[in-house]
Amino acid sequence: MSNYTPTALAGRRLPNRWDGAALLLVVGLLLALVGVGRGTIATPLTVLQNQPIHLNPSWLPYYALRSTARMFLALLFSLLFTFTYATLAAKSRRAAMVLIPILDILQSVPILGFLTFTTVFFLRLFPGQVMGAELASVFVIFTSQAWNMAFSFYQSLTTLPEDLQEAARCFRLSPWQKFWRLDVPFAMPGLVWNTMLSMSGGWFFVVASEAVTVGNTNFTLPGIGSYVATALAQENLPAIFYAICTMLVVIFLYDQLLFRPLVAWSGKFRFETTATLSGPEPWMLKLLRRTALFREIGDILSERLRALTRLRLALPARYQVNENAEPSRMADGLWFAIIALAAAFAAWKIYLFISATLHWRDLTQAVLMGIFTMTRVVVLMVVAALIWVPIGVWIGLRPKATRIAQPLAQFLAAFPANLLFPPVVLLIVHFHLNPDIWLTPLMLIGTQWYVLFNVVAGAAAFPGDMKEAVANFQIKGFLWWRKVMIPGILPYLVTGAITASGNAWNTSIVAEVASWGNNTLTAHGLGAYIAQATATGNTPRVVLGVVVMSGIVIIFNRLLWRPLYAYATRRTTLG
Amino acid sequence: MDQNNQPLVSIRNCRQAYHKEASADLVVLDDVDLTLHEGEIVALLGRSGSGKSTLLRIVSGLLKPTSGEVKWRGKDLKGPAEGVAMVFQSFALFPWLTVQENVELGLEAIGVKKDEREERSEDAIDLIGLGGYDTAYPKELSGGMRQRVGLARALVVHPDLLLMDEPFSALDVLTAETLRTDLIDLWMEKKLPLKSILIVTHNIEEAVLMADRILVFSSNPGRVAHELKVPFPHPRNRFDPAFRQMVDDIYGIMTRRAPAAMQAPAAAAPTGFAMPLHPVSTNLMAGLMETLYGPPYHGRADLPALAAALQFEVDELLPLGETLQMLGFARLEEGDLFLTDMGRKFVDAETEDRKEIFGAKLRANVPLVNAIRSVIDQRSNHRAPALRFRDELEDHMSPEYAEETLRAVIAWGRYAEIFEYDEEAQQFSLEEEDEEEEKN
Repeated sequence: MSNYTPTALAGRRLPNRWDGAALLLVVGLLLALVGVGRGTIATPLTVLQNQPIHLNPSWLPYYALRSTARMFLALLFSLLFTFTYATLAAKSRRAAMVLIPILDILQSVPILGFLTFTTVFFLRLFPGQVMGAELASVFVIFTSQAWNMAFSFYQSLTTLPEDLQEAARCFRLSPWQKFWRLDVPFAMPGLVWNTMLSMSGGWFFVVASEAVTVGNTNFTLPGIGSYVATALAQENLPAIFYAICTMLVVIFLYDQLLFRPLVAWSGKFRFETTATLSGPEPWMLKLLRRTALFREIGDILSERLRALTRLRLALPARYQVNENAEPSRMADGLWFAIIALAAAFAAWKIYLFISATLHWRDLTQAVLMGIFTMTRVVVLMVVAALIWVPIGVWIGLRPKATRIAQPLAQFLAAFPANLLFPPVVLLIVHFHLNPDIWLTPLMLIGTQWYVLFNVVAGAAAFPGDMKEAVANFQIKGFLWWRKVMIPGILPYLVTGAITASGNAWNTSIVAEVASWGNNTLTAHGLGAYIAQATATGNTPRVVLGVVVMSGIVIIFNRLLWRPLYAYATRRTTLG
Repeated sequence: MDQNNQPLVSIRNCRQAYHKEASADLVVLDDVDLTLHEGEIVALLGRSGSGKSTLLRIVSGLLKPTSGEVKWRGKDLKGPAEGVAMVFQSFALFPWLTVQENVELGLEAIGVKKDEREERSEDAIDLIGLGGYDTAYPKELSGGMRQRVGLARALVVHPDLLLMDEPFSALDVLTAETLRTDLIDLWMEKKLPLKSILIVTHNIEEAVLMADRILVFSSNPGRVAHELKVPFPHPRNRFDPAFRQMVDDIYGIMTRRAPAAMQAPAAAAPTGFAMPLHPVSTNLMAGLMETLYGPPYHGRADLPALAAALQFEVDELLPLGETLQMLGFARLEEGDLFLTDMGRKFVDAETEDRKEIFGAKLRANVPLVNAIRSVIDQRSNHRAPALRFRDELEDHMSPEYAEETLRAVIAWGRYAEIFEYDEEAQQFSLEEEDEEEEKN
């Protein structure tokens, strides 16, 4: 399996002034969303035509279809966002100065923390209509998908091979033609991989965003997530079991019909000059490629698309590079001034908002809660590493086991862990266990698989000649782990760990508060803090919680993961 | 009639320089004139860094020169012109497009209709000997076949001028020869839809084999040092004595010019920060000296013969010879390489003694080594960051040269055990033994 640099780790940028501006702008934007919806939260104006959710399993296929449709709609928006936002950032130096730090901040913000802002915003946009709720849900899924896709596309655009760019210019392809002939194909493997990761992660948010309560406003949209929420409220255990089964089927279909064929197909675009042995063709891809009917349809479709991408759509294009051209100082200065003004305005707004409603002790409380959750995440990462590194290495060194375990781990990573919470919660309620400790493993359910499949990939990629050398020198036991295996898989392990920890932070918002019927379990932590503030419609606290959580995640990424990843890739590769 | 007298390309007083904040501009090309007429093949010959590829990009319209006049068919060139096509050293094929799609690319760009596109690409593919490979992807092809695709892609747009940027240097010797011959045959039979070819190369034999006219470039800054007409008719025989003589002469020209360029700045700046070094491995130096010492050379070798025997390109052999000359182990004269007495002494010595001899010559001839060592010695912790030296080097040369020079000095200093270098921390330090001595 290919190992792509997680987007949060790319580059070796240290925090700089652009990050400060970006953070201010992002928070300011969130506040603006709240501002638009301020009035709505207090007044129950939204009498949504909430359709009742039927717990009869015969409704499940329909619900599953609705959930899946939301997912794909969000994916469409994510792609549109990716193509425009990343292209703009890659083509314009000035735009990139702001857009990229903003993207970096956005991908560190806990998505579920957005719920308040976006829900209120969209409900306000379409008062009393289901449309608003649907869009709010789609938007949450979008925010879980778009950032890393855009980042991956941006990275590809900035690393386009110089000779291909020259060829495109030399043969005078128009920007539109170049975009489809060079930019998109070159970015394809990374983009497909990130899209698939996004979608896998997205199921979690599909489930989480369908039944939402913000202050007095609540809505349930027909879908699996609402089905589970209703089942929880009615303490209906069989219904939860049905939902889990349905989700398994949906993920299985998604995995077989989409994920595998797409990833295998994108291998065609991998930028390499030698033909590499690839794994077996997924059956779905084989079906599409070898069946006359499907081929016919495919050819017609692709010919139409090609014709579209061949259009010149000629805009005045610059084909000639002038290496002596200096960027205009004036324009730069003006641009900096605009950004500084916007950031200052955002800072002022944030200050007003916070000083009116929050005290210093709110901040200390939020930070304290953040430390609780951080402790959980750290402990979980250590536990996940202790469990899955040995198992992953064992699997990775055995090609047969890898072939079975790797798809399974990816499949499990896509499964929305929040569907599995109820059985665990039931046990905690039944045995009167301490929620501070026993709610914690919930965060591990969905996130551990990232550690596993990355470690497996790392061990599987361990060079054969080095394995032989190690065996030849009789290196075994602790020395083998310390000098050979751990350094050998380190970049992969870091990749898995950062994905897992990012997800753990997000999950904390739904995992630190769990309910079963009338029993509500609450753990101490920032996730619970945000969840409760959301439920009671206390926007200032939500903002504070989200900002503190983003801050911790960003600091973690910058000060721990990024240097570690840079170190790991630098030290464990030859040349 | 008028058509024939007008040159395809004419370049006057072309200069390409990069701004540098601290010091003077870095000049890549200086005062270059070039005129291309219909019906001729012209080769730009020079070492890497001589700016010949930059000049090619200026001719293609991809790059705008800092100053100077560039005319294409008598008009100012404002960007890639219709009628100019390029073949790349790295082939620059789109790996996700089939052979046919790659070839059609240039036609799509100018909006040629589907039927005509297919017909023309079919013709080009057949002409260049790729028939049957239409639906293959580049990665399924060998290097030679890939470059044929590159050629077909350039020819299909029916350009007047074909630009070739070291088109055969990424290929093995046999494949390169076949492609060259095929191209020249097509050119002589007038089957190519071309008026002229401009080829950039560092391979002297290739230039003499193909071109009607050769412009030899000197490095640092790039200038046209010599212009030679190649009087031989095609097909040319590379074993013909006149041919060999011409190759020898060009070797002489290239070795005569280069050392002057290397030593002039060194004399001017005794600190050594203005002296660019080639990162030539010490193994390679030792190997070459041993080869020179032994039979059949016995201390003296003809460069073209040596290059052929060792399968080296001029581009590899010249820096090696120059480095040996700079260190005093060998001398370059009129296309020959001599081993000096010091060189003989080095070859005769054992490993540890070799290091000592090398170290002594290094400290005597490369002031940069002494500069680094004295900074380390002065510091109380006996450590010095590489950044400090890199910055100082960049005041005198381009960042790429500074990087290469630093790499060379690190490798040589490590071999001679003059200092140690920590890649992770990017800093120089003393060897532990030396450090002990310093303390006592």
